[in-house]
Amino acid sequence: MRAALRVTGELSLTAGLVILIFCAYLMWGTGAYTAGQQTLLQQQFLQEKGTDEPAKLGRIQLGGAVAMLAIPKFGDDYRYAVVEGVDWSRLRMGPGHYPGTAMPGKVGNFVLSGHRTTYAAPFNRIDELRRGDDIVVDARDARYTYRVTGKRVVAPTELDVIAPVPGEPGRKPTKAMITLSTCHPEYSAAQRLIVFGELDKREDRLG
Amino acid sequence: MTRTGSVMYGWIWRLLPGNPAAKALTSLVLAGLVAAVLWYVVFPWLEPRLPLDPTTVGR
Repeated sequence: MRAALRVTGELSLTAGLVILIFCAYLMWGTGAYTAGQQTLLQQQFLQEKGTDEPAKLGRIQLGGAVAMLAIPKFGDDYRYAVVEGVDWSRLRMGPGHYPGTAMPGKVGNFVLSGHRTTYAAPFNRIDELRRGDDIVVDARDARYTYRVTGKRVVAPTELDVIAPVPGEPGRKPTKAMITLSTCHPEYSAAQRLIVFGELDKREDRLG
Repeated sequence: MTRTGSVMYGWIWRLLPGNPAAKALTSLVLAGLVAAVLWYVVFPWLEPRLPLDPTTVGR
């Protein structure tokens, strides 16, 4: 009886240790995969940008590189290649663009989703964004700077936030908007944190 | 009568060959192997099956 209890105790301690290592894996192990994929996506983006084929602008394959995302508030190192698609296998690579939503700089809603805690956690700090902060999107044709206009915490079922006019599904968009989504609270699946922004300026690519 | 120390790990320790130094070395290697299998095989298999860190709305 004593021995059985002790073995149970030891197994529990072992399980606890394994779970700790699993948490470490989620935070750092998954990021290694993302880092590798980001390198590939960024190379792909730079190559395609060089070809300068306007016809290609409209068709980006699922899993392809859409744009480069930078948020100056998070430092110069904060640069992610945005991948096309938001299913699990794409979001492992980096922030993903919802297929069917507007492309960068175009009228409508450019909707991105990114992990908050795992897979390099690109959207870990988007809760720190405030009205007026810049979100810089380097697309193939130009650099678009969006300005944060607001932030909301919503239920995971709230599809309205990714409508062409965020929050007003069915309305025809007249402005270029950006929407970022991630999980909320951190480490939880209960809600989603949504950051809204509006296009502020467009700069043509030099050369 | 009552022995102190671990039952399960004590049993493994007694199974390991050699003097305490050799036993210690072998257990380190074994622990490393277990950790590697968890990190590179078990966790990558398990992680997609858990609803962790969802980011999208709808579906």
